[in-house]
Amino acid sequence: MDATFLLLLACGLALFGYVLGRQRAAAFTARAPSWRAVHSRPGFHGSFVALAVAIPALLLLGIWAAVGRPGPSAVGAAIVLLAGLAGGALALRRLEPSFRARTWVERATMLVLLAASVLAIVTTVGIVLSLIVESIRFFERVPVTEFLFGTRWSPQTAIRADQVGSSGAFGAVPLFWGTIFIGAIIAMAVAVPLGLLSAIYLSQYASGIARRILKPVLEVLAGVPTVVYGYFAALTVAPAVRQLGLSLGIEDASAESALAAGLVMGIMIIPFVSSMADDAINAVPQAMRDGSLAMGATSSETVRLVIIPAALPGIVGGILLAVSRAIGETMIVVMAAGLAANLTLNPFKSVTTVTAQIVQLLTGDQEFDSAKTLSAFALGLVLFLITLVLNIWALRIVKRYREAYE
Amino acid sequence: MSIDTLARVAQNQRSVDARPLMTARDVHVWYGPKHALKGVSLDITRENVTAFIGPSGCGKSTFLRCFNRMNDTVAGARVEGRIELDGQDIHAPEMDVVQLRARVGMVFQKPNPFPKSIYENVAYGPRIHGLAASQGELDHIVEHSLQRAGLWDEVKDRLQDSGTALSGGQQQRLCIARAIAVDPEVVLMDEPCSALDPIATAKVEELIEELRGRYAIVIVTHNMQQAARVSQKTAFFHLGEMVEYGDTSQIFTNPREARTRDYITGRYG
Amino acid sequence: MTAVAAASRQPTDWGHPRLAQRLRRRHRSERLFRAIGLSALVVAVGFLALLLGTMLKDGVSGFVQTQARIDTTLDPATLELSADRSPEALASANYLAVYLRDVRESLGQDGVRIASINGWTELRRRVLEDPGLVGQRLTLWVPVRSEVDQYAKGRIDVGADPTLAPIRPEQVRAYARLEAEGRIRKAFNRTFLSAADSTSPESAGIRGAFVGSLLTILVTLALAFPVGVLAAIYLEEFAPKNRWTDLIEVSINNLAAVPSIIFGLLGLAVFLNTMGLPRSAPLVGGMTLALMTLPVIVIAARAAIKAVPPSIREAALGIGASRLQTVFQHVAPLALPGILTGTIIGVARALGETAPLLMVGMRAFIVDAPRGFTDPATVLPVQIFLWSDDVNRGFVEKTSAAILVLLAFLLAINAVAVYLRNRYERKW
Repeated sequence: MDATFLLLLACGLALFGYVLGRQRAAAFTARAPSWRAVHSRPGFHGSFVALAVAIPALLLLGIWAAVGRPGPSAVGAAIVLLAGLAGGALALRRLEPSFRARTWVERATMLVLLAASVLAIVTTVGIVLSLIVESIRFFERVPVTEFLFGTRWSPQTAIRADQVGSSGAFGAVPLFWGTIFIGAIIAMAVAVPLGLLSAIYLSQYASGIARRILKPVLEVLAGVPTVVYGYFAALTVAPAVRQLGLSLGIEDASAESALAAGLVMGIMIIPFVSSMADDAINAVPQAMRDGSLAMGATSSETVRLVIIPAALPGIVGGILLAVSRAIGETMIVVMAAGLAANLTLNPFKSVTTVTAQIVQLLTGDQEFDSAKTLSAFALGLVLFLITLVLNIWALRIVKRYREAYE
Repeated sequence: MSIDTLARVAQNQRSVDARPLMTARDVHVWYGPKHALKGVSLDITRENVTAFIGPSGCGKSTFLRCFNRMNDTVAGARVEGRIELDGQDIHAPEMDVVQLRARVGMVFQKPNPFPKSIYENVAYGPRIHGLAASQGELDHIVEHSLQRAGLWDEVKDRLQDSGTALSGGQQQRLCIARAIAVDPEVVLMDEPCSALDPIATAKVEELIEELRGRYAIVIVTHNMQQAARVSQKTAFFHLGEMVEYGDTSQIFTNPREARTRDYITGRYG
Repeated sequence: MTAVAAASRQPTDWGHPRLAQRLRRRHRSERLFRAIGLSALVVAVGFLALLLGTMLKDGVSGFVQTQARIDTTLDPATLELSADRSPEALASANYLAVYLRDVRESLGQDGVRIASINGWTELRRRVLEDPGLVGQRLTLWVPVRSEVDQYAKGRIDVGADPTLAPIRPEQVRAYARLEAEGRIRKAFNRTFLSAADSTSPESAGIRGAFVGSLLTILVTLALAFPVGVLAAIYLEEFAPKNRWTDLIEVSINNLAAVPSIIFGLLGLAVFLNTMGLPRSAPLVGGMTLALMTLPVIVIAARAAIKAVPPSIREAALGIGASRLQTVFQHVAPLALPGILTGTIIGVARALGETAPLLMVGMRAFIVDAPRGFTDPATVLPVQIFLWSDDVNRGFVEKTSAAILVLLAFLLAINAVAVYLRNRYERKW
């Protein structure tokens, strides 16, 4: 029997239990001498029965789905349904005016609420565990030091063992450099000044109408999917950048370049930086601004000498978050930065990044246990740890900053 | 020629001038559709501390903010009428609001030192206006401003500490030092003591008395005793109108208007 | 001493030329600063305009298809059709033979170089719609081959050396002849909206990816919305302040900023390799995106719940409601608009996501829209990525057209969020 169908059946059974329980409770509530004699209202009795059906049934269904996937389906289905029916029958027998159905239902609900919020931790643990487990398997084949400090990256494992370069090279330094070069240097060189200045202009100079129009426009920029940016980078920006490189006399200007990917990524991050900066600037008390203006400072002096220094922690936190986002960005670099693991300072050359390699390693034909595919998880682990540190650091700065002005 | 020599000439010119320093004629203010100030006329002189009193929302702070055009920074505010500083219309196109605010300083209700060092707070005005030719001159200005604000002895050993680390009263005196560091002609004070404890209030009041004569001082206060203590002239505002203006002693002992008398005697407010 | 010090400073003469000059310089730098701020904004907005402009320029023609008119006779003999007219028999008839014969007949010997080889599917579609057409004669507009389509749209420059052009000289000649005969037209490209992926651009459409996106997002929504709202309610209304809730908070805030590709790795390692769920399925894609969307919804829902003033809770508790009743009957409904707005924004982000879905293999090449949550499927952004990689230049306009569809879709969704926010949001 299909699992989806079984799930629906269990839910239907629970609904039936709800109706039955509610009816029974409604009956004895009507007979009761006063409403005070009945502890819970009929709806709670109904919910109690429904829970008594659903919990054992769904629990078994979950275990069944997780452990014995194929299994004897008819028997399994019967067990699931029987457990539900048994739970429902037991619950129905307990219903009586003094039964504290509401307390039970509320307790169960609290458990559900708790479980929902614990899922965040489960996800985090799941990420960490799955990355670590696969990374350990990778490091059994390739030494950690080679991975972290090696400068040659060529993960193609040869088909025959006696071929040249059959072992592949897993020195990830060119990838780390490419990631930093594109995400933290080029993209930030575009996004920080443009985002910051846009935020300053919008908050200090723009008229109310202009603000109401331009802010959503910037938000649109933030809502464009990254694959669109990637396509635009590859199709329009990269050729233009290459032309620029050639006209500057750089002969090996590549069709896929760090500059093209970094530029477009920077543009993508602008709204992010500008909204973080806007928050930080708005958190500076109006009294500060008035104080400066009343001294005869111009708006720009007020911004440069008072508001920006006061908002600096918030802005720095925002920039750190932006860096974290940029180095984790995937599609733009996959489509526009290329796959050549170059260790170069030349922005017109092709470099590759951690995320681009992860995609490259895990798509297409693959055997799951090769060092090649496992290396993607090691790269993922490094990426996760770096963004984790950046995020926590940034969030802490931003939080402390907000508290300072509250 | 140094600024000081030139300034002395200006000072001499200023002292022979017997006219009121600032005049306001038929000033109206609207905040959006709200008519917040309805045709107020008043003269401000250097010799006197002028106090604006009246119940909350009576327009006294609104009027105060007209003298250095701080209402310009409020979205939707509109000011009509003529205000002159030394005979110049402050709304005239050739009047530079940056310069106006350097000449007409302001101290706010809540102390608002910048999140910078004590030194940088006081040096802020002279720096942006370029009033000091050298670092030594700037040190000089900072020291004298803090002395005049009566704060020097308390902070001279920790000028590099943050201005926000001072106590509330000290912060407010720091703000006064900051305002007088550019040597304004008028100092506007918008309820400068309402956020302070009684001892800090007494210090600020003493300071106002000391500054009188050098700067024209206008103080908005909701505290009538304070107005009586520090001012020589008092204007009483009610519902956007100036009800009565005169010598402080006269306003408090023998008001001409019934509304003023009711307010002074605590019938409302 | 104070008096001496005070007297030593003199009032400033603002008319002094040095100060006047300085003032002019300050105003100049003020204007400059303002201009720089404005130009930063103009650059950002200009880039958006450039991006949209490029997509429109390249993409609009993707909605237009060049078609050739053929006259065809659906004779049962060539169709290899017996008396059996059951749908199965009709579906497996030899339409290609009829099609090739009639294309040559209608368009000349060069016809097969003009008309798309996949045009026969149009015959099958018509017959399956109306079996009575068998044995009839009918006139059909069929798509032309991609390079002819591109040539017709002026996107191919034959140039000086025709042998290098992607279109052959005889095709150019045949096209000119057919156009003169009135057998060529440009029409709205229905194929693009109704077909799934194909190796030939003229037969490729976005329906498969679109349906895949819908199925995926349905899974995401069904998982992330209830769990996210419940988690937010717990954290905002019931959670005790201790190390565990701190940990949950940090986890959620951090997950909201974890690169999306990491979620893809998680999906690959857990859902595919450990749990053995089917690859390329909307179910797995949706689950992966749900984990990614969850923190966004939790954060938005918490903010919305926090905005409900305590007086509402006190009023409900005061008349004897339990805390759960208070939350579910009073607080949650008031917070709902904010929660929905946050959810829509999270879902819009998930809809545009590509990288994590590549990790769980949602790049299936499918010629039919997926029918269920476990069928192999792809989604719109991944389709865009796949097409953008295709060497066939006919896919350039398809890619841009698909981007236009995706952007329009996202814009519509966001418009709903903005509408909800403006319509229902209250300031307390």
